[in-house]
Amino acid sequence: MTALPYPLLFVAGILLVALTIYVLTGGADYGGGVWNLFASGPRAAGQRDLIERAIGPIWEADHVWLILVVVIMFDAFPPAFAQIMTAMHIPVTLMLVGIVLRGSAFSFHSYGGGRDSAQRRWGRLFAIASLVTPVLLGVIIGAIASARIPRNPARLSDFVAPWATPFCFSVGLFALVMFAYLAAVYAPLETDDAELRDDFRRRALGAAVAVGLMAAVVLLLSIHGAPLIWAGLTERVWTWPLIWIITILALAAIGALWTRRFALARLCAAGQVALILWGWALAQFPYLLPPDLTIYNSSAPPVTIHILAGALAAGALILLPSYRYLLVIFKSHPERRRLRGRRRGTLTGG
Amino acid sequence: MPNILAARSQMAMSLAFHIIFSCVGIAMPLLMVIAEWLYLRTRREVYLLIARRWAIGAAIMFAVGAVSGTVLSFELGLLWPHFMKWAGDIIGMPFSLEGFAFFTEAIFLGIYMYGWDRVSPRAHLGAGVMVAVSGMVSGIFVVIANSWMNTPVGFRLVNGQPTAIDPIAALTNPAALHETVHMTIAAYAATGFVVAGIHAAMWLRERGNLFHRRAIAIAFAVGAVAAVLQPISGDASARAVARLQPLKMAAFEGLFNSGPHAPLALGGIPDVKDRKLLYAIELPSMLSLMTYHDADAVMRGLDSFPEGEWPSPLIAVHLGFQIMVAAGMAMAGLAVWGAWLLWRRRTIFDCDWFMYAMVAAAPLGLIAVEAGWVVTEVGRQPWIIYHVMRTVDAVTPMPGLEVTFTLFTALYCFLGATVTFLLWRQVMLSPAAEEVAALARVRR
Repeated sequence: MTALPYPLLFVAGILLVALTIYVLTGGADYGGGVWNLFASGPRAAGQRDLIERAIGPIWEADHVWLILVVVIMFDAFPPAFAQIMTAMHIPVTLMLVGIVLRGSAFSFHSYGGGRDSAQRRWGRLFAIASLVTPVLLGVIIGAIASARIPRNPARLSDFVAPWATPFCFSVGLFALVMFAYLAAVYAPLETDDAELRDDFRRRALGAAVAVGLMAAVVLLLSIHGAPLIWAGLTERVWTWPLIWIITILALAAIGALWTRRFALARLCAAGQVALILWGWALAQFPYLLPPDLTIYNSSAPPVTIHILAGALAAGALILLPSYRYLLVIFKSHPERRRLRGRRRGTLTGG
Repeated sequence: MPNILAARSQMAMSLAFHIIFSCVGIAMPLLMVIAEWLYLRTRREVYLLIARRWAIGAAIMFAVGAVSGTVLSFELGLLWPHFMKWAGDIIGMPFSLEGFAFFTEAIFLGIYMYGWDRVSPRAHLGAGVMVAVSGMVSGIFVVIANSWMNTPVGFRLVNGQPTAIDPIAALTNPAALHETVHMTIAAYAATGFVVAGIHAAMWLRERGNLFHRRAIAIAFAVGAVAAVLQPISGDASARAVARLQPLKMAAFEGLFNSGPHAPLALGGIPDVKDRKLLYAIELPSMLSLMTYHDADAVMRGLDSFPEGEWPSPLIAVHLGFQIMVAAGMAMAGLAVWGAWLLWRRRTIFDCDWFMYAMVAAAPLGLIAVEAGWVVTEVGRQPWIIYHVMRTVDAVTPMPGLEVTFTLFTALYCFLGATVTFLLWRQVMLSPAAEEVAALARVRR
């Protein structure tokens, strides 16, 4: 019996963890844009303002998780990266346009100053890009899961067929409602205003139902759209425990929202979404890009994997404390934050 | 448009756009940290105002640089999948490390921009230092990846495939040191000059304005130090290229004929058909002398290589090199002039000629950076990995790339125009009286 390739599994695990954190943080930033678009009622301006304050300091750092996913992918699994980028040229390009417009529009909106009408236009562009980009991200993941990405695409149809399926678009919509759900669940923790909290509580409850519905739709479409995932999610030993845990977390999140225990709701919702993502990953393990490429047969040689594993571990030593510092400064409870501000003399006097 | 040309154009356009943002994103944090440090030392409001204004500039540039950099990291696969498949495991390492540096930069930029009243002054300055350092480091890693494409090492070719891969050797390839030093210095020189030049234009219109005066002092100091160091680094780089890629060197100089006493050509248009450099001023023996410190040294010209391997278009490489060197020398000259004024008159602000020259020199650094990238990228053609993989063999089979090329060109033109306008209004314009008054109120 040969020893398990621990460094390779570690690198693949980090890839999944980075994608998970991207979905839980960057995903929620997209969801914030969605709620900016659908801000309504007497407090629409307040809702937009809350979203902007919530994501302003952190979205750039959140976005880098995606870059980390890409660079780990092409360092550790070059053939899989090349094949995905070749056949999925069209949706990846469209997603990039969305990413560029969203990031630029948000920064112009935050730092651009100027008249209100110009500000509103940047805000609108940011919101629309936030709506479209997650759908494309979901479509790409859906295409990977459905094992239809050709090895040697040649004609234009080969570049369209892998992702122009009901299953892929259902995954796209699923990603969108999950991101919107996360944003709505996180939002009440960003304000002391009870009415604003309730606005987002209602949105979170609605989004929770939509997530449940979309989960069912995706699962049903996977029977034909992604047989590997369907088989993985119904036939393995871990299948039923996982589905039960996800269901319990979903119900617990709804219960916590109902009773206004927002911190608990955040924990449950984040756990729910993370486990959904891991369910997909486990269902297609060890495939990275089914039906041909696994993490074993598409990986870089051991020397590259070993060095990368070391670099990732060392990088984490710098990264994780810094990221935590960022979140503690901007995401701890408003009351505690004020106390800390008062304790130190800060630059603008506070 | 053939696919390979569309792919090269899209990559060139994406890089040309991104490099401006990354240069300013690397150097601007240093300027803002210096201004904040001066504020903490002197407690003069004007420095705080400068730091805050420059921070807004850095944040806008960083945001656009971050997304255009994301586009590039995907485009490596979207446009050159065969290159990534072949080389990903050899040079993925600098990109992964860059990912971490970039991460650190994003985290501390968030703290810097939104943390003025959330963390202590010292922690705030520290966050700015982290932004400046990690920005520089991430630029270095990206340039290391590029340098590997010029001097690929860290593998053995067996039947066209790489074996015995050594990512550390790839990381420390022979071109890594001179390329990273040259690019890093360029970022500080270009940013220092463009910021100083724009503030100088404003200062010439309202001479009493302390805001512009202090801003010029900081930006010009950084730009001038870098501009004086750059010719030294450039000389070392050119000699390294002559050793490592003699064909590329011949293309720089438009040197068609091999031989001793090679002349240094100023200007000129290479005529590939007749194998002559037209309209150039030639300084006899200078090229041999500069490259090998020996007038008798033999320089290899384009004629010692098959024409199919010459970089194309050759004129872009030769003129790009001339423009880069000319701009760099002009900036170094201005830096020396500034130092002389400071030594003789104790100030640079009472010589109008100098201030006008500074305005005129504002775009020179960015022009030099763009020209320099044309030189190094087109100069490497027709290879994507020098003498290992041809660019044409790396391109994606995706048809209709001119569509995405047009799409990204339009997108980047729109973003470029917007950023220029916003930077002008939010960063460079003289502060309104209310802004100064508000800041003074806050401080008391």
